[in-house]
Amino acid sequence: MADLTSAPIPPVGPGDHVRGAGEEGLIVYADLGCPRCAGAWRRLRERPGRLVFRHFPVRSKHPRSPALHAAAEAAGLQGRFFEMVDSLYGDRGRVDDPHLWGRVEEFGLDLDRFETDRRSESTAARIRRDFQSGIRAGVAGTPAVFDACTLLRDREREF
Amino acid sequence: MIGVGEKAPDFTLRNQDGEKVSLSDYQGRKVLLVFYPGDFSPVCGDQLSIYQEVKPEIEEKGVELVGISVDSFFAHKAFQEKLGIDTTLLSDFEPKGEVARAYGSYLDAPLGFANRTLVLVDEDGTVAWTHESPNPGEFPGANVIFDALA
Repeated sequence: MADLTSAPIPPVGPGDHVRGAGEEGLIVYADLGCPRCAGAWRRLRERPGRLVFRHFPVRSKHPRSPALHAAAEAAGLQGRFFEMVDSLYGDRGRVDDPHLWGRVEEFGLDLDRFETDRRSESTAARIRRDFQSGIRAGVAGTPAVFDACTLLRDREREF
Repeated sequence: MIGVGEKAPDFTLRNQDGEKVSLSDYQGRKVLLVFYPGDFSPVCGDQLSIYQEVKPEIEEKGVELVGISVDSFFAHKAFQEKLGIDTTLLSDFEPKGEVARAYGSYLDAPLGFANRTLVLVDEDGTVAWTHESPNPGEFPGANVIFDALA
């Protein structure tokens, strides 16, 4: 049984999806089906410094999210993780399987490998690992942006 | 706010399908009561969606998850469908907020709904743990629930 008790977010490691260089930067737990995340992503990706993407698909709210995270992960196994993330957030109306295959072709990826990888147990486990680390850190909505290990609050809501 | 060790007040409310559900129905099982302000509010949607994602892990701990708000059971049904969740939602509708008041969770006018409150009731109907948010705009992450169940 997974341990979901409180714990700080894990430090950035070799298994993380990292864009940009340097030791300083942001870690974002994001949902690829989430419109708020898509809006935030446009700003986040333009920031200087390191940006770490961690998977936080909320299936009940965005039923297509698990498939999109798996697609990004599979693209990442062929070196195109952030291209897939940028594309999914940039064109949210085109996220069905044929659209994913179109992106695979556009990025010059091996489609058969992509199809196998996005359905693999290891891909699901990789996504779940990020999600569970977010749960343990108290992520309560997406995007959740951390500066080092501190959650940044960018909005207050009444209820 | 009701205290740990107190007997959890029994209640009978309608669920999202209009069926009557009593706290005593859960006797012999642990139940986590999730009082929340109202269906379709953004924070409530996030809260119940996140909890839904870890509902299997909560149930593995032998705990049933039950949401309670002052909305009608018709609203609960629509909210449940909108969120794509299967968490039982109970309607504390008439007299409005009576159960929330019994648990010390109700926020009086001008708000008129329950604060975001978690109450863990153990197998024999005793309050085992509580958590009340500092304001209705914040909800505890699911990690807080797992800390309580550890």
